Amino acid sequence: MVIERTISLDLSRADLGYEGRVVLHNVNLSIQSGEIVCLLGPNGVGKTTLFKTILGFIKPLAGSIVIDGRNIAQFALKDFARLVAYVPQVHNSPFPYKVRDVVLFGRTVHLGLFASPRQKDRDIANSFLDLLEIQHLAERPFTELSGGERQMVIIARALTQEAKFIILDEPTSNLDYGNQVRVIRKIKALKKQSVGILMATHSPDHAFMIGSKVVVMDKGSLYRYGTPEATLTEETLKKIYGVDVHVFDTPQNGTSPRKICAPVMDL
Amino acid sequence: MKSLSLILICLLILSLVSLFSIGIGRYPVSPGALFSWLSTGHSSDDNLQVILFNIRLPRLIGAIAAGGALAMSGAAYQGMFRNPMVSPDILGVSSGAGFGAALAILLSLPVAGIQLFSFAGGITAVLIAVSISKTIGRSHDSVLVLVLSGIIISSLFGALLSMLKYIADPDDKLPAITYWLMGSLANIRMNDLWIILPVLFAGSIPLMLVSWRLNVLSFGEDEARSLGVNTGWMRVVVILSATLVTACIISVSGIIGWVGLIVPHLARFIAGPNHRLLLPTSFLFGGIFMLVVDDIARSLVSVEIPIGIITAILGAPFFIYFLKRSAKKSW
Repeated sequence: MVIERTISLDLSRADLGYEGRVVLHNVNLSIQSGEIVCLLGPNGVGKTTLFKTILGFIKPLAGSIVIDGRNIAQFALKDFARLVAYVPQVHNSPFPYKVRDVVLFGRTVHLGLFASPRQKDRDIANSFLDLLEIQHLAERPFTELSGGERQMVIIARALTQEAKFIILDEPTSNLDYGNQVRVIRKIKALKKQSVGILMATHSPDHAFMIGSKVVVMDKGSLYRYGTPEATLTEETLKKIYGVDVHVFDTPQNGTSPRKICAPVMDL
Repeated sequence: MKSLSLILICLLILSLVSLFSIGIGRYPVSPGALFSWLSTGHSSDDNLQVILFNIRLPRLIGAIAAGGALAMSGAAYQGMFRNPMVSPDILGVSSGAGFGAALAILLSLPVAGIQLFSFAGGITAVLIAVSISKTIGRSHDSVLVLVLSGIIISSLFGALLSMLKYIADPDDKLPAITYWLMGSLANIRMNDLWIILPVLFAGSIPLMLVSWRLNVLSFGEDEARSLGVNTGWMRVVVILSATLVTACIISVSGIIGWVGLIVPHLARFIAGPNHRLLLPTSFLFGGIFMLVVDDIARSLVSVEIPIGIITAILGAPFFIYFLKRSAKKSW
């Protein structure tokens, strides 16, 4: 096992938004390869803007985004895709590609312009089907999978891309409870892959379950950054979501201890 | 090697249909005479020699090339536009070509002039559609803007064509325009092939080269970019190639609809959606389909039926079948 050098993705003093409209002001954020950062914040706070900027779809209005010491504006599309992979929220293809092929699409960036995948690429794709335990889906049409299964396939595709960072946009949205837990468990297990993950979520519990870093966004800026326990306090949750929430320790009954959230229902 | 055997089977069927097609026509060709012509390249019957080499063979090659290229560009367009309902003329190439040809007929230009005007008309229409989509800008869904621009241009050139038909001499020019718009492979000669075959190659090879990337493109703009595919560049290659091929075919055959829409569905049904296999399969299926349609066109009744009419009559029920199938499952 080769110990890989840690790479960091840094936003410094970045103003993000669209022409003439700053959505997020003075953003400072650093993600290392090998760590998972959960991003929480109310609807419309600018999570999508942050993601689009990190992915290079829109340019920062001010400040810089630097990966491994290089400003992302300098990267060619292809070089950038070798560093940052994207798992979007909705996946649709009008055509029923096999799951095996969809995962293999992750290799595109490693291929010549006119080339198609070789055996080595197939092996890499296959290893991530194994890792995410979706080998049984390999020959099925992607379009016929459930939401949770599709999410797993797209995560496998992002891993197959072998990027240093993966941006996950609300990977548990539209999933049933069981699938949410399964997806979160898999994401937590990806820590071993020495890949940096930035994941948006609407559930503070997911951040507690993953137990890594948390970024809390509030109107116009990043509000807090730190461990879930230090960051996701009752006061913070009340401030950003506007509802009263109790944060408890899990009961000592076998599961490893962590915090859980319980919204206050008595009015 | 499932994909290799599929291609080989298609090639075999194409050869058999070709062999069958070359014997069909007004001048009867006995299997024995055909075989001796094929094996020696000569025939004792001079008429037969002329008919086979100057009329049937160019027509056969023209049919395969036209059907194949239309179907392949259709498959590439459906992948790029992420929509199984588009055909190669979605950006206005057919209506532009129709207008160009009608203008040339109205000006009493010779056949070469009609071909040139039609080709130029088709290319111009697509260029205008693409420029319109560029001026509208990137803030919208670029694929949608492109399709809408194509619809605008199609309808504009359709109106201009109607105007030309309205002022055309109803005894002489109008029938010529109308007949041209119905499509026919009857007038393809060896000389035409020397021009259209290189253009078809020039258009088809880039499509084959980018076929793997077309798969990625069908997941949408943002996902394709994050997977390292330069979507703008891909669009230029696909639109340029498909337009070149389609305009070139229409310029010699007139408008042949449906092939570029239906055949890719048939091919996807057999070969699956991976464009690496889908594009060559579409080409071969398109060639076979066009040969069969052309056989029907020239043998069903004593006068030749315009080929565009037959593709539409065959295409409509096919399409209904695919729609019904897709209502149950995905494409």
